[in-house]
Amino acid sequence: MQVRTVNISKRYAGLAALDDVSLTVQPGELVALLGPSGSGKTTLLRTIAGLEPPDAGTVYFNDRDLSDSRIQDRGVGFVFQHYALFKHMRVMDNIAFGLRARRKNKPREDEIKRRVLELLDLVQLSGLERRFPAQLSGGQRQRVALARALAIEPSVLLLDEPFGALDARVRKDLRRWLREIHDRTGHTTLFVTHDQEEALELADRVVVMNKGKIEQSATPDEIYDTPATPFVFSFIGESSVIPVQVGNGRATLDERLLDLEIGALPDGPAQLYLRPEDVTMVTDGGPGIPGLVVSTRRIGGMRRVTIECGLARHRIEFDALAEVPINNSQRLTIRVIGGRVYGAGAEGYETERLAASATSDFKWAKAEGWLDR
Amino acid sequence: MTATAPDGARSFRWRRRSVLPGFGLSLGYTIVYLSLVVLIPLAGLGIRSASLGWTQFWAIAFDPRVVQALQLSFGAALAAAVINTVFGVLVAWVLVRYRFPGRRWLDAAVDLPFALPTAVAGIALATLYAPNGPFGAILDHWFGIKVGFTPLGVVMALIFVGLPFVVRTVQPVLEEIDRETEEVAATLGARRWRTITRVIFPALLPAILTGFALSFARGVGEYGSVIFIASNLPFQSEIAPLLIVIKLEENNYAGATAIATIMLVISFAMLFVINLLQAWSRKWFGHE
Repeated sequence: MQVRTVNISKRYAGLAALDDVSLTVQPGELVALLGPSGSGKTTLLRTIAGLEPPDAGTVYFNDRDLSDSRIQDRGVGFVFQHYALFKHMRVMDNIAFGLRARRKNKPREDEIKRRVLELLDLVQLSGLERRFPAQLSGGQRQRVALARALAIEPSVLLLDEPFGALDARVRKDLRRWLREIHDRTGHTTLFVTHDQEEALELADRVVVMNKGKIEQSATPDEIYDTPATPFVFSFIGESSVIPVQVGNGRATLDERLLDLEIGALPDGPAQLYLRPEDVTMVTDGGPGIPGLVVSTRRIGGMRRVTIECGLARHRIEFDALAEVPINNSQRLTIRVIGGRVYGAGAEGYETERLAASATSDFKWAKAEGWLDR
Repeated sequence: MTATAPDGARSFRWRRRSVLPGFGLSLGYTIVYLSLVVLIPLAGLGIRSASLGWTQFWAIAFDPRVVQALQLSFGAALAAAVINTVFGVLVAWVLVRYRFPGRRWLDAAVDLPFALPTAVAGIALATLYAPNGPFGAILDHWFGIKVGFTPLGVVMALIFVGLPFVVRTVQPVLEEIDRETEEVAATLGARRWRTITRVIFPALLPAILTGFALSFARGVGEYGSVIFIASNLPFQSEIAPLLIVIKLEENNYAGATAIATIMLVISFAMLFVINLLQAWSRKWFGHE
């Protein structure tokens, strides 16, 4: 089933939760909605499910307009972060709930039982059908919730931070397992997460959202390698930002020419976004940017080095091999071998978050409470 | 994976070590306190009525006037508790689920029957529902229903005093129910009615039973409000607590304690059954 939202807008208490959002998800696709809290990702998911009526815009499943369709008739499987299992029902009755609630084509009781056992097998919980939810671990509960959603043979599977309440280890297992289930059942699936690692690892396509808008919708590789906006660049992975000057199609830092493709940017001030791997140390005495080491810390087999560069002493982080000794206050020369330059006025995630928390902490807290229930 | 049986018979252990210290002290305090306040006075009741001897006791117990009074007391309390359960749940639902101007005032008003001297309530109800009162006249004239000074009036008074018990026990549990479980039921195709009966109601059932039991118990013991709205005619609208007072005024202490003992036994038996039901419902619906 293809899922399409067209120009969806939604406001809460004067704040735009969704601002003219259009998104198409192809049949069988596994899509992650990724963004910070308050970005509108959960609202978008709930709007698709019909749990939240949009102020404007339309949701389509294939070519069916769902504006007047009730939640009950949409056939969406929805999984909540906190499972939302029926506590007073055994696992088996939880999973059978959707089948028993059917008005048309309600299967016979023995057929329901067969289907439930099949699903329990699929989610690897065979033998636990007589348990109550309280007798299961968090990971098991979430699997029951998923089996319950799959039982109705949903046209779309929607998951709202499905692994958010689980500990890191279980989360990783379930992530892999969800991918397997998806590949086996082929449901069109959307899931919400604020964990970029989860989104990049699990999804066919990642939709990065910010302030109720879609910043970029692309494959995990494209999201990481060619972020469309500074926001995406700084939200995904590690990043450093330094201001540069653009002139004649080249970027310069303190009048030193940088060897970078910058595309068609107008002349004037711009910002260079760097990943740790976009910077190397110059050890052969060649040209580069001099800097002063501020701090170092060990990350796995590498050493993450923070240096201050340029006249304005901007901080850049990069990785050096752990066996190379680097001390604080040491002078180094670095060379920029990658990164992206964005025009002036474009702001990244960190700068935005800082500005927001500085100016209107209260408003944001309120908005987050409202938007990401 | 093998099928796991539900927890085996839980063996009772006299807990010596516990993460919660002070078990002995707090249990001892509980028993002493309960004894002083509840058990010893009630035992005194039993001893006093035992001075009667069986034949006399049975004579009082099966005195038609006493039987009628007990029937009215328990019957009216039961009827009032049933009505309170239905409408109390409704009131709790409205207070929890809807936001409307004056909600807090309404919420506070629910407690009034707790605070008001019940005699005041009885007088107010009697004034309204007496055959010549504003409501009583209408009911009598249009529907031929007499409320004031009849057994119906007794039920009316007991509804009044019992309502807060149901509302206040159901309300917090209803507040705890997660919106998401209802939303999930809807996405699974359940219509509203199905969600209410299959998802919300079972979660509320233990609280509803508790509210019912409290309201019922309150009704059995109620005296102040009832005597004003019932005409208190023997064999008609005389409640058991009133009969006890009458016996006391006749200096028939043994007779009074005999009736009291019978009430005590019946009440205890009924509350015990309700508690069992409640425990069963908790277990059945997996509350623990």
